[in-house]
Amino acid sequence: MEAGKNHPAYREACGIIELDKADFKRLGAWPNTNVRVNSAHGTVVVKAVPATQGPHPGIAFIPMGPWANRVINPYTYSTGTPTFKGTPIEVEPAQGEVVLDGIQVVYEVVRGGKK
Amino acid sequence: MTKTVSDVICPFCGTLCDDLEVVVSDDGKKILEVLNACAIGNEKFHHAGAEDRPKRPRMQQPDGSYKEVSYDDAVEYTAQMLAKAKKPLMYGWSSTNCEAQSIGHEVAELVGAVVDNTATVCHGSTLIALQDVGIPSCTLGEIKNRADRILYWGCNPAHAHPRHMSRYSIFPRGFFTGKGSQSRKLFVIDPRMSDTAKLADYHFQVEQGRDYELLQAFRTALKGEWLPDTVAGIPKERIYEGAEVLKSGRFGIIFFGMGVTQTRGKNHNIDAAISLTKDLNEYTKFNIMPMRGHYNVTGSGEVLGWQYGFPYCVDLSRGFARYNPGDSSSNDLLVRGEVDAVLTIASDPGAHFPISSVQKIWNLPSVAIDPHITPTTEVSKLHVPVAFVGIECGGNAYRMDNVPIDCRKVVDPPEGMLTDEEFLTRVLKRVKELKGVA
Ligand code: SF4
Repeated sequence: MEAGKNHPAYREACGIIELDKADFKRLGAWPNTNVRVNSAHGTVVVKAVPATQGPHPGIAFIPMGPWANRVINPYTYSTGTPTFKGTPIEVEPAQGEVVLDGIQVVYEVVRGGKK
Repeated sequence: MTKTVSDVICPFCGTLCDDLEVVVSDDGKKILEVLNACAIGNEKFHHAGAEDRPKRPRMQQPDGSYKEVSYDDAVEYTAQMLAKAKKPLMYGWSSTNCEAQSIGHEVAELVGAVVDNTATVCHGSTLIALQDVGIPSCTLGEIKNRADRILYWGCNPAHAHPRHMSRYSIFPRGFFTGKGSQSRKLFVIDPRMSDTAKLADYHFQVEQGRDYELLQAFRTALKGEWLPDTVAGIPKERIYEGAEVLKSGRFGIIFFGMGVTQTRGKNHNIDAAISLTKDLNEYTKFNIMPMRGHYNVTGSGEVLGWQYGFPYCVDLSRGFARYNPGDSSSNDLLVRGEVDAVLTIASDPGAHFPISSVQKIWNLPSVAIDPHITPTTEVSKLHVPVAFVGIECGGNAYRMDNVPIDCRKVVDPPEGMLTDEEFLTRVLKRVKELKGVA
């Protein structure tokens, strides 16, 4: 990320979701295609990649960054720290949609009024 | 002719490696080569010289584009914004030096701001827990020389702190650990088969969100008490075995990261981890240490600590220091709409805060002080680029084990560019004028 967050490398590194092999099957999507991730807190399009640090069926992983932060649970439960881990999500194939870069993924919400 | 600067400190992660060598061009302006650093550290040094780096402050225009302004205008805007605000938030501080932090706090006192650092989204729950139960800890040097039981709980140093294992924990041959990794047992507790876990002697693939249960199960097993057949997805036999191996060491350390601080339970998880450490001290010497992320987040906690008595979430809006995470913490303040201006420095809340908080920053008067273009600078009204601390200027930083280390300057910043310290000093001067204090 030190190469700059306005560069495509940031999206390649963090605009992804790592899914288990078994979950790819359940989802009916190919590895390295785009998917939409929905939670009670928001929605975002990311690229689904095979988990390299698995197996962990049922658990998906989006690296820390603006993509993850569109769907995680923002509540801090009086600790000051939002609940970044363990957010229940649904994943669906999103072939026609694009993964936005690190700045646009924020703009889509703050400027565009999207959730 | 090139010059080589030795013993350079890497200003990236909390490992704060102090053995880098940097080859710079003859005129002292360009970094040519960086030796000894890991890939991330390396990139940070090279990025400093990037051509597309902004060199002057940029003000957001009504159409969303950015226009260059002078540092004088930037100082004026920042000072006016802070002086006018009822309760501004001054957030970040983790990738700058202690000197800049201290000046920033002086500004905060004058304008009645809330000062918070990146611990608020990271190891804040650790700080809460250690205020509750204390912390038996040590330095990384002691670990290198003594530790023979090493636990990484909910952290993945192979990616986040790449040289941590080779410099301090698993691989180095220390005074009492002459056989290096052979004289140590590595435990990794992680719901994933992480790249750190692949190196482990014992990997406990805990069910996501069940760290608290597993920590308490280890405490139970230490005492030889009854356990159910599985806890957090781990069969009890393995827990009993693990507890025995931990007990049998001479010197142990638990390193823990976001996997425990950000999951359900938060400070209670850390509470349990510290209590486990305490229990292990009945049998042998054990310590615990948070894997701090930004290279100087520890320093921000230290400076706030010695100035106000609290390590983060310090609310100065009433003229004295208040501390109440959940109330005086950045995300809670933003979401509840309780701050009316935001200054961010040396951090990237635009990328690391939940989008609902980022939305609030976008809606407010805001200044971002950062060498890079980041999601934060792009949602702020004013972006002030500054020199890279630890590369283009020196200053003090604290390693994750609370050891202060003086960073080095290796090259000059681009012509006319201010450092965090210089910019804040000018803001302070202007705020004093606006507030009518001499
Ligand atoms: S481990 Fe951390 S401090 Fe050391 S070189 Fe890598 S990024 Fe820098």
